[in-house]
Amino acid sequence: MATLVQAVRLALHYGEQHLGVTDIFGEDVGPPLGGVFTATQGLKTAWNSPLDERGIVGTAMGIAYAGGRPVCEIQFCDYAFNTLDLLKIAGNQRWASAGNFDMPIVLMTPSGSGIRGSLYHSHSFESWASRLAGWKIVMPSNALDAYGLMLSAIVDPNPVMVLLPKALLRVKGDELIPGEPDDPDELARMIDAPVGDRSLWEPQWPDVREYFVPLGSAKLVREGSAATVVSYGRTLPLCVQAADELGRDFGFTFDVIDLRSIFPYDWPMVARSVAKTGRVLIVNEDTEVTNFGEHLLRRIVDEHFYDLLAKPRLLMGKHVPGIGLNQVYEQNTVPQLPGIRDALRELAEERV
Amino acid sequence: MSESLDESSRPRRSKLTAASLAVRSGRETLSVELALTLFRHMVRTRALEERAIKMSKSGEAYFWIGGPGEEAFNVCLGLQVHKGAGPAHDYLHLHYRSLGILLAMGLPMVDHVRQLAMTATDPFSRGRNFVGHYAIPAWNVVPVTSVIEVQYLMAPGTALIQKRAGGDGLTVVNGGDAGTAEGDFESCLLWSNRPGHELPVLMIVTNNQYGISTPAKTQFGDRRIADRALAYDMKAETVDGNDPIASWHAIDRAMKYVRAERKPFLLEAMVSRLHGHSSSSGAQRNWSETDCVALFEQKLIDANAIDADQVRAMKAEAKEEAEAAVVQATSEAKPTLQDVERFTYCASKVDAVYPSDYTGLPTQNAK
Repeated sequence: MATLVQAVRLALHYGEQHLGVTDIFGEDVGPPLGGVFTATQGLKTAWNSPLDERGIVGTAMGIAYAGGRPVCEIQFCDYAFNTLDLLKIAGNQRWASAGNFDMPIVLMTPSGSGIRGSLYHSHSFESWASRLAGWKIVMPSNALDAYGLMLSAIVDPNPVMVLLPKALLRVKGDELIPGEPDDPDELARMIDAPVGDRSLWEPQWPDVREYFVPLGSAKLVREGSAATVVSYGRTLPLCVQAADELGRDFGFTFDVIDLRSIFPYDWPMVARSVAKTGRVLIVNEDTEVTNFGEHLLRRIVDEHFYDLLAKPRLLMGKHVPGIGLNQVYEQNTVPQLPGIRDALRELAEERV
Repeated sequence: MSESLDESSRPRRSKLTAASLAVRSGRETLSVELALTLFRHMVRTRALEERAIKMSKSGEAYFWIGGPGEEAFNVCLGLQVHKGAGPAHDYLHLHYRSLGILLAMGLPMVDHVRQLAMTATDPFSRGRNFVGHYAIPAWNVVPVTSVIEVQYLMAPGTALIQKRAGGDGLTVVNGGDAGTAEGDFESCLLWSNRPGHELPVLMIVTNNQYGISTPAKTQFGDRRIADRALAYDMKAETVDGNDPIASWHAIDRAMKYVRAERKPFLLEAMVSRLHGHSSSSGAQRNWSETDCVALFEQKLIDANAIDADQVRAMKAEAKEEAEAAVVQATSEAKPTLQDVERFTYCASKVDAVYPSDYTGLPTQNAK
């Protein structure tokens, strides 16, 4: 099975072969490196840009104005903060011009903690991004979704931000991408650039096929009755594991929803599940003041107050300026498995 | 100049007995026909700017910003643009002092006023944006944004596609002198000059020597803004933007170079700012700055290319055109409650929530 980052690479390859992608660019995106996480190795339209995030976003917008289909990368979302006003402009071009101009750009950027990245390789970005009206924001938690969301991001004629969970980039999926070889070692031999000199290397692309994960569609990863868990990105597999362990140890079953799209989000699936279970925990790792989860929580309270059997909960990152390098910081700043498990168990057991 | 320039005392006359074939500035000339075309668009631009300022003062509009004092340079630019849609034509990344460019390109006055009057018929923003914030797909005029200098970041993108497409289409980006303090200006220099990937960008700075209330000389050194091209071995020129003859030829030289060489050019035009920054600073006429319209009028009269009566008629006609545009635009429909969310998203076949336009937050009935 492909890793998440291999899935992104396969999607970009499919995009430039079949979906009209003209430019894949950013810092170290082109040869020889092909991206600091290898997401862009071997792609024929990949090129290296100056170390200039604002230039990257602006150039992507210009390419889109002139009919190109760009996928640009900000190397780490931690370095996207100086582009916020440009992201705002990219998001408002259609609205501001009353439909005169579309802005079909894809911006991908690794987000979140989990690689011992210290202050500036551990930030989360989805809460900031969720405030950018006009953008669509997605965050996959596995390889197949990464592939399907990336293809949708490319095809969608609006600006779409693909947040890639850093901690999961090297995690293998458990479902095959359509057209992917069965043997992961064979896939690696085909599309991973060799270490060292790779000037003569060319990838052997498998014949991957079209597969869209529609934007705004969540996935019910586990089905149950004790409570609803809503998450995405790095914390999603932790929620699944916590739910499975609580099922095994205590017999609790949970609806575990992988939101996949931050905006638009799959409100019908969340609402149905909350109405059914009456209990909800939202888990993400962004900081806790004005966290995107608070928006979901507000809607749950507004629209399902009388369905709730226990207080709705939100587990998230601490409101501190960053994540320190020593693991005592990371372990105690953003949600980890034991904390998620405890919160879920407490939620399932709470009796009014 | 010994003769009085006072228009009210007597009609001005040229000392020449026969009409000239050309109008001269230094060693450069323009045909009388072209000079009169430029002058007419300059007069029209000035008339509309002055009428727009009046609207902002009378309360018919909330806010005015524009480019009185930039007419000479902007009209010369507008007339030399290769107008059309797609990479074979020129892309325009403009700022909010660009009326002269657009009127010279053929924009009906009423469209400019519609945006000022915030009507539903405003073709650029449906009454959403400030005046002069054009967005015209048919002419490659990408949306003007109030944010200073960001247009310089987008220009390399359109130019990159143009270079790839072949042909002689170029990308024009303009802005003021104060905005060059933003890193985005330097980004444009850098991205347009990547070795082996030089781009057909005509970078323009209309230098009015102010950023709102701050004189440029208190922030920048004495070096010309055009000199910033030196660091990139890039062609550059500074021109008197109050002189339409010099401006016409400077733009012509720059455009010819960019079209043929597929490399960037930085053109700095020294211009006036005749009504201050915007209505926020009163928009009062500043009589101490050079007026390009008055200057060119005198030159045309001196060359016997036009007489005072013709000038008066041309100005009256321009005022009437502006007045008619205001009368029409202010009588048109305004946006309604239903417009608030319109045009947020383009229809998408891969979006489960918003397959068509945006209708507010996702709801239970979304699917």
